[in-house]
Amino acid sequence: MSEILNFHFDVDGDDFTSAGKASVQVKKNLRQLGLPPEIIRRVSIAMYEGEINMVIHAGGGKADVNVTEEYVEILLCDNGPGIKDVEQAMQEGFSTATDNIRSLGFGAGMGLPNMKRYSDYMDIKSKVGEGTDITMRVNIN
Amino acid sequence: MKINTIKDLLNADIICCEDGLEHHVYSACGSDMMSDVLAYVKDQAVLMTGLVNSQVIRTAEMMDMKCIVFVRSKLPTAEMIELAKDSGIVLLATSKRMYEACGILYSNGLVGNRARNV
Repeated sequence: MSEILNFHFDVDGDDFTSAGKASVQVKKNLRQLGLPPEIIRRVSIAMYEGEINMVIHAGGGKADVNVTEEYVEILLCDNGPGIKDVEQAMQEGFSTATDNIRSLGFGAGMGLPNMKRYSDYMDIKSKVGEGTDITMRVNIN
Repeated sequence: MKINTIKDLLNADIICCEDGLEHHVYSACGSDMMSDVLAYVKDQAVLMTGLVNSQVIRTAEMMDMKCIVFVRSKLPTAEMIELAKDSGIVLLATSKRMYEACGILYSNGLVGNRARNV
């Protein structure tokens, strides 16, 4: 079994300005590992969307990125309000974001669909009142 | 088109990363919604926007963009400029409105979409 690299981040939910910091760092780390640019871009965008969601909807959370020989895995875990209807949330254009969030350039209802679009595998486990766990994988080969 | 040409065409001021002015870019996009940029942009290397917050820079960084043009005389904050410097993204600012800025660049050959792997 080859070595798995792990990067862990605590995502601050109080500060919209710093949202995306973890994704920028992951992008840098993956560049250093010499992964193909297209893979790096897909991982970064998927994670960035997830991180933004965590900050605007869930008050922050934890992010882990595992790099194996086969794929890059992103695990996002929060203790936010949860998603009532995941199927509905996956539809492009559906959003529960406030006007304030839209004025910041987000909340167009593209976050979750984008995460799915840029990853090869995505699983959402969510319980209302408890939180949401999202697993995404981007295959390297 | 060189980023320097964009600067001239839009009569824009350089905010940071002057070193990147000689870079060539082949397509651009314009939006105030970063969600849409993340959803629809493919290889566009230039983002035109009237939105001013750190996520504009991070979005451009995620999309491997080379240049951001702030329209309608909007100016980035000091924190945004630092983020752009870290990522080597050229920041320009023009007094032109979005529609006009996009029209000028488009009519001078900077298209909206470019097929990949070309």
